[in-house]
Amino acid sequence: MWKIGIIDYRAGNSESVAAALAAINVPFEMVNSPEGFAAVDAIVMPGVGSAGATMDSLSELGLIAPMTEFVMQRRRPYLGICVGLQVVFARSEEGDATCLGWLPGTVRRFCETAVRVPQIGWNEVRKARDHPIFEGIESGCYVYFVNSYHALPEEDDVVVGTADYGGRSTAIIGKDNVWATQFHVEKSGPVGLRMLKNFAIESAKC
Amino acid sequence: MLTKRIIACLDVVDGMVTKARKFQNNIEIRPAVDVISDLYEDGIDEVIFYDIKASTERRTIDLDTVRKVARRIFVPFTVGGGIRDLSDMIAVLGAGAEKISIDSMAVRNPEIISHGAREFGRQCMVVSMQVKRVNRSAAIPTGFEIAIDGARTFTGTDALDWAKRAVDLGAGELCVNSIDRDGTHAGFDIELMNMICDSVNVPVIASGGAGTTRHVAEVLKTEASAAIVSSMLYSPRLPRNFSCAEIKNFLVKEGIHVRPDSEISPPMN
Repeated sequence: MWKIGIIDYRAGNSESVAAALAAINVPFEMVNSPEGFAAVDAIVMPGVGSAGATMDSLSELGLIAPMTEFVMQRRRPYLGICVGLQVVFARSEEGDATCLGWLPGTVRRFCETAVRVPQIGWNEVRKARDHPIFEGIESGCYVYFVNSYHALPEEDDVVVGTADYGGRSTAIIGKDNVWATQFHVEKSGPVGLRMLKNFAIESAKC
Repeated sequence: MLTKRIIACLDVVDGMVTKARKFQNNIEIRPAVDVISDLYEDGIDEVIFYDIKASTERRTIDLDTVRKVARRIFVPFTVGGGIRDLSDMIAVLGAGAEKISIDSMAVRNPEIISHGAREFGRQCMVVSMQVKRVNRSAAIPTGFEIAIDGARTFTGTDALDWAKRAVDLGAGELCVNSIDRDGTHAGFDIELMNMICDSVNVPVIASGGAGTTRHVAEVLKTEASAAIVSSMLYSPRLPRNFSCAEIKNFLVKEGIHVRPDSEISPPMN
């Protein structure tokens, strides 16, 4: 049976993602070992906390190589959430962490003199370009962010949606099979659930 | 632009939502899961759940209710009451909460803030503070003192000192509750909120005193990032209750940026 794998690591919020997928009737299974990737067709990488701690947890569970193989060689669909967006880039300033490096770019802290850090709350996302994640959703939708850091992709065309927090920041990225949201789709009400559903629908086509 | 948040803070005892007046004479209302589901449908931006007995009776938190809530609502959800150490935090987050709120325990053992922030990130750690107006003194120069244990015990700690210290230790958000206004429906303590907001650079949630939409607008015109509006939504003690949409419509008229009602129906199939 077709299903989505939820990467389940310490300090991730895999339960919240599972609850959201259950609510929209998308089959899923937790993935917490290298063998787990064989049983799933796409993955969601949830994230709370810091990029460095997330990379450490993935490394301890032996998930980095099999996840990279799944996404970058087998080209299976990936949806990163929050820290799950940040870790796809090469580096994060947060704890000077080396990340997955699937996309060129870095992750930087918000400017403390301009805004309160962390950003916590509902912010407006503007479409930077058309993308299947927006199916049925208007530009200017509101979604829930919790972040102190934001991604600066080197290639501007990977940015699908932006939000304004002391300047333009990356809200959604999409490059082929790699999708990610800086906000929490699983905690963004009907808009977030629709985006998760859009990911599931597109993934089922691959 | 980041919007201002409307938050429902629920005092839960044995899975039931209760409402207290100045921390006394709790009256029982309805099952927490039902109340929270209705608030979600009504457009609440966030929910805070305090297991008040877990804190006062020193027992563990009601994880079963946390789990049930997490399966029903898809907006952020904070749990407080009875959290004593990292293993309690892991259990609560594992049950589906986004954030942890610590109050008396943070005052008794401030290290718990830094331990939590290191393990889960600052954004997970909400430090909730109970603040009472007192005479200014050498120990309490601002005239605002921190109380703990359901506002029964005074600590001799100045609220402003504690707010700054909590942020230094790793609090990602402060929830500032005015004991003087709590349950009075007489409006927020604006002076207190301004004092805290001006002194820290994390988001501040204003709590205690919401009774009318005008009160909510007044506090959200300060630097406060969010307002707790529990009684207005469901307390039987108020002459009338308000829907989230009603509160937000008023805020929009007042020029306050809030999350509008979603026009998307949930994609169930």
